[in-house]
Amino acid sequence: MKKSKSLSGERKSKNVLFAVFTVISIIYVLPMFIVLMNSFKANTFVKTATFALPTGEMGVGFDNYIKGMTFGNYPFMKSVLFSVLITIVSTALILICTSMAAWFIARVDSLICRICYYLFVFSMVVPFQMVMFTLAKTADTLHLNTPWTIPIIYLGFGAGLAVFMFTGFIKGIPLEIEEAAAIDGCGPVRTYFKVVFPMLRPTMISVGILEIMWIWNDYLLPYLSLNRTKYMTIPIHIQYLQGSYGSIDLGAIMALITLSIIPVIVFYLTCQKHIIKGVAAGAVKG
Amino acid sequence: MKKRRASDGAAVNSELLRRPIRNCFWLFLLPTAAAFFIGFVYPFFKGFYLSFCKFTTTSDATFIGIRNYFSAFKDATFLHAFWYTALYALVSLLLINLFAFIIAYFLTQGIRGSNVFRTVFFMPNLIGGIVLGYIWSMIFNGILSQYGTSILMETKYGFWGLIILMCWQQIGYMMIIYIAGLQSIPEDMMEAAKIDGASKWHTLIHVTIPNLMPSITICTFLTLTNGFKLFDQNIALTAGQPFIWAEDGSVIKTTEMLALNIFNTFYGESTGARGVAQAKAVIFFILVAGISIAQLRATKSKEVQQ
Repeated sequence: MKKSKSLSGERKSKNVLFAVFTVISIIYVLPMFIVLMNSFKANTFVKTATFALPTGEMGVGFDNYIKGMTFGNYPFMKSVLFSVLITIVSTALILICTSMAAWFIARVDSLICRICYYLFVFSMVVPFQMVMFTLAKTADTLHLNTPWTIPIIYLGFGAGLAVFMFTGFIKGIPLEIEEAAAIDGCGPVRTYFKVVFPMLRPTMISVGILEIMWIWNDYLLPYLSLNRTKYMTIPIHIQYLQGSYGSIDLGAIMALITLSIIPVIVFYLTCQKHIIKGVAAGAVKG
Repeated sequence: MKKRRASDGAAVNSELLRRPIRNCFWLFLLPTAAAFFIGFVYPFFKGFYLSFCKFTTTSDATFIGIRNYFSAFKDATFLHAFWYTALYALVSLLLINLFAFIIAYFLTQGIRGSNVFRTVFFMPNLIGGIVLGYIWSMIFNGILSQYGTSILMETKYGFWGLIILMCWQQIGYMMIIYIAGLQSIPEDMMEAAKIDGASKWHTLIHVTIPNLMPSITICTFLTLTNGFKLFDQNIALTAGQPFIWAEDGSVIKTTEMLALNIFNTFYGESTGARGVAQAKAVIFFILVAGISIAQLRATKSKEVQQ
C-alpha cells in the first residue's frame, strides 16, 4: 500500500518536471520564432511592435525576403555561396591533411614529430587576437585572401585541435593491422588510405562537425583575411548591413537572418546524434 | 606512470612501418606543417616581435623595447575592458554552470521526452555569434523601447543582455557535458546510497557531485575561457556602447570587452597605436593560456586522486 503511494508520488513529480521542461523549451525556441515573425513585418513595426504577429497593415508577406536579397549592393546569395564553399573546402582539407599528419606523427614519433605535436597542442590555447594582425597581412601577401585559397589559412589555424584529436585516436589503434598490410606489400600511401582511413571514421565525424560549426559561424578571420570588396560570407554580410543601423530595413535583416538559420537547423536536425557526440568528445579532449 | 609511457611508446613504434612512412613525409606531414607555419607559427612569432615595435604595417616596424607594454597598462580603456570582462566571465561562469547542471540533473531522471528537450536546449549553439547578437538586440530593444530606452543607453542593460544571450547559447553545451558525466557514474553507487537510506539531497551532495568533478572542472574552465575570448556577440549586441568621456579626453566604451578592445586599438581611427594593440594581444594571450594551463593541471590532479 505504502509502496504504490510513493510510486504514484514519483510519477506525479515526473509529470511536474515534464511540464516545467515543456515551458522552458517553449521559451528557448521563442527568440527564433520572434525572428521569423518579424521577417514578415514592415520596418517600423519591427521596432515598435516587436512581439506582435505580422497581421493587417504590419504584414508585408515575402517583400522583406525579396528586398533583402539585393541589399547593400551585394547579392545575399553570393555570400551564402561563399560561406558554403569556404566551409566545405576547408573542412575537407582539414580532415584529409591533419589526419595524415597525425598518422605520420604517431607512427614515426621522432624528435621533429614531437616538436610539431607540441606546437600543434600549444596553438590550441592561443586566442585569435594574438595572431590576427600578422595573419591578415600574411594572407594578403600570399594571395590567400580569396574564398578559393582561404581554406589554407583555416587548415593552418585550425590544425591544432584536429591533429590532437586524430593523434589520440591513432595511438589507440593496434599496430598489427598496419604491420600485416605492410608485410603483404602495401606501401604507406595504400596502407593509409585502404586500412587506416576507414578506421578513423568516428573521429572524422567528430572533428568534421566541430570544424563545420566553427568555420560556418566564423566572423573575424574571414573579415580580416578576405578581400572584402569582392567576397563576403554570411556573418560578414549581416554585420555589414547592420553597420548602417537606423537607415537599414530591420524587417529585411530579419528575413536574411531567417534564411541563414534555416540550413543550420536542417543540418542540426539531420545529424543531431553525431553533433552532440562530437561536441562532447571535443570538449572532453580539448 | 613512467613505466606505462614506455610501454605505450613501444606499441606505437614499429620499425617495419616507420621507415617507409618517414620517406613519405612530403605527402603526409608537409602540407599540414606548411599551412600551420603560414597560419600560426609565423604570425605568432612575428606578432610577438611586433609587440616590441612601433609600426603601422608589418614592414615599417622599428624596435622600441617594452614601451608598448607600459602604454597598454596605462590605457584606461584597456583596464576598464579587463575588469568588465573579468566580471562578465565570473557571473556567466556561475549562472551557466548552475543552470546547466540543474537541467542535466533533472533530464537524467528518466522523464518523458528527455531527448527532445536536450535537442532544443542545444540548438542555439549552432547559430553564429554575430547572428545571435542581432537576434537578441532586436528582442531587448523591443522590450526596452516600451520604456523609452534601448540596450545602447545604459551599461547595465548591455551587461545583463550579454549574460542572458550567453546563458541562452551555452547552457545547452555545458548541459551535454554534464549529462555525459552523470551517465558515467556507476549505477551500483547510486543503489548503495539508496539502500543505506540516503535522501536524494544527500546522494546529490555526497555521491553525485564528487563523481562529477571532472565534468565540473571542464565546464568551469570552458565557460571561463569562452568568457574571456568573447568577441562576436559583444560587437553585435552593443559594440561597446554607451560611451563615456574620461578626464584625459579618452573615450571609454563601457561595454567593450578585451577582445573587442584589442580589435579597436588595431583597426580604430588612428593606426599609430598598433604596437600597443599587439602588446595588449600578448597580454591577452598570456591570460587565456594561463587559464588553460591551470585547467590542465586541475584535471590532471583530479585523475591522480581517482
